[in-house]
Amino acid sequence: MTEISATDDLEIDQSRRRFLTAATVATGAVGAAFAITPFIKSWNPSERARALGAPVEVDVAKIDPGQMVVTSWRKQAIYVVHRTPEMVATLPQNDARLKDPTSADSDQPPYAKNEMRSLKPEYLVLIGICTHLGCLPKQHFERGDAALGADWPGGFFCPCHGSKFDMAGRVMDGSPASVNLRIPPYHFDGDTLTIGVDPQAQKGVA
Amino acid sequence: MANAAEGAAVKGGFRAWLNKRLPVDEFMQSQLLGYYAPKNFNVWYFFGSLALVVFVIQIVTGIFLTMNYKPGELTAFDSVEYIMREVEWGWLIRYMHSTGASFFFVVVYLHMYRALMYGSYKAPRELLWLIGMCLYLALMAEAFFGYVLPWGNMSFWGAQVIVNLFGTIPGIGPGLVEWIRGDYGIADSTLNRFFALHVAALPLALLLLIVLHLVALRQTGSNNPDGIEIKAKLGANGKPLDGIPFHPYYTLKDIVGIGVFLVAFAIVVFFVPTFGGLFLEAPNFTPANALSTPEHIAPVWYFTPYYAILRAVPDQRLGALLMGLSVLVYLFLPWLDRSPVKSVRYRGWIWKLALTVFTVSFLALMYLGLQPAEGRYVMLARIFTACYFAFFVLMPFYTRIDPVKPVPERVTHHA
Repeated sequence: MTEISATDDLEIDQSRRRFLTAATVATGAVGAAFAITPFIKSWNPSERARALGAPVEVDVAKIDPGQMVVTSWRKQAIYVVHRTPEMVATLPQNDARLKDPTSADSDQPPYAKNEMRSLKPEYLVLIGICTHLGCLPKQHFERGDAALGADWPGGFFCPCHGSKFDMAGRVMDGSPASVNLRIPPYHFDGDTLTIGVDPQAQKGVA
Repeated sequence: MANAAEGAAVKGGFRAWLNKRLPVDEFMQSQLLGYYAPKNFNVWYFFGSLALVVFVIQIVTGIFLTMNYKPGELTAFDSVEYIMREVEWGWLIRYMHSTGASFFFVVVYLHMYRALMYGSYKAPRELLWLIGMCLYLALMAEAFFGYVLPWGNMSFWGAQVIVNLFGTIPGIGPGLVEWIRGDYGIADSTLNRFFALHVAALPLALLLLIVLHLVALRQTGSNNPDGIEIKAKLGANGKPLDGIPFHPYYTLKDIVGIGVFLVAFAIVVFFVPTFGGLFLEAPNFTPANALSTPEHIAPVWYFTPYYAILRAVPDQRLGALLMGLSVLVYLFLPWLDRSPVKSVRYRGWIWKLALTVFTVSFLALMYLGLQPAEGRYVMLARIFTACYFAFFVLMPFYTRIDPVKPVPERVTHHA
């Protein structure tokens, strides 16, 4: 018998309606957040990409003093340099021209956070990717290299944006890069260099 | 008599039938015949419709390229060469697409510069400008993803540099970069997702934004070289006195513009498709190599002003931040400009000087972004970066004291 029309004096409980609307929106938002998760997660490195990131080995006995070999670990270029005693001896002279001489703000394993930035002074192991925007710095090991000026101490020069690094991968003043070249986890087994595994935990992948 | 009435009924019958189901006549009337645009449009008003033409060219050629292109780090480079050498007319379709990308930016930059000259971003067209800026940002993303697809060495290293820009964000940077790439370096997964974004996600976004841009334009009506609101002076028919129907007047004018545009387009496609390394860069004719950076990395010309700003700053985070700001600063233009006058025609010498400084800075940065990051080039880039930002940062001040001229009530006519 009751007919509802617009003229009926129906009391609309606005606060109840607002609460129900807000509760529905909140529940929907939670559902949307769950629903979007698989799509976001699908962009992470896949199982295959992770498996292909296994450690790699380099025989350092085949690298002559002053020479560099480039290998690849996790799609990143890895530079392995056999530094000459002269290169090692002159490293401390660069400190005044470096942004981060003690590697305090840079990314390296604790055993490479030293003046030489390495486990063994004669071998430098670097991720050869410029910390600025990811180009490959080129080797300019000769002191006073013609292209880089008479006071060039020897090191790496990134052709993309002009970042300069010394023979320990430390960034020099006036470079767009702000931190030193990164150092991967690595260890030696005699002359075999393994990149991707720390010396302490030789069984597990870092 | 009966026959004629019957014929009319049939004719009117179909039209009536159609219009009852699809508002064809109503749309023609409201959007073309009954839509009045200012009668004093000049050559700068071609570029909106030309952008639409390039969009159509890119969609059509893009669909046909997709039929032979194979994303994937082992197949991408070879499939582009296959298109160029073995697919019948494949070279033409590919060159139309690559030339179209550059022409898209040519017309969009001129379109945006028109807005800057005549104050088209000012009230009541702020939202129109913001939607247009979203279109520009989506277009930049679309162009970047497309540039990666041929998987040449410049594609690879360009992707490396641009993706690493996100690594400069404090805290989440490194994880974000890995998430974008889907691997520890730029890899197959990166190429495939960029392909998906390039051929599906962003074209859809662009299409939606274009529709929004046009709807917002119809709501406010076009600005014009005098910067006068023509809706303020209506004739007896309720239409603006200074307006003319969009169709046939501007549809025909735009067709002439399209003709001229296609001549220029064809000349580039057939005679100088690489445009001296500006449209297609030489290092991109060698396959991607993760262990060899090209001697000199420069993006395609339309990104170089921002790239020059990035390189001008000797700090990584600040450089990336300024580069981002240099693009996003256009979003604030409607609120930075405090001048009571829209068009450059009635602005004072201060604005004209500022606009000149901005124009020179933008073009100089465009040139410097193509040069190596050495010596005087870096110094010049720093000076022009300062000028570029000064144009925007000081705008609220100099537009207020700019000695403007009186604006006429009706649009001016130069016969």
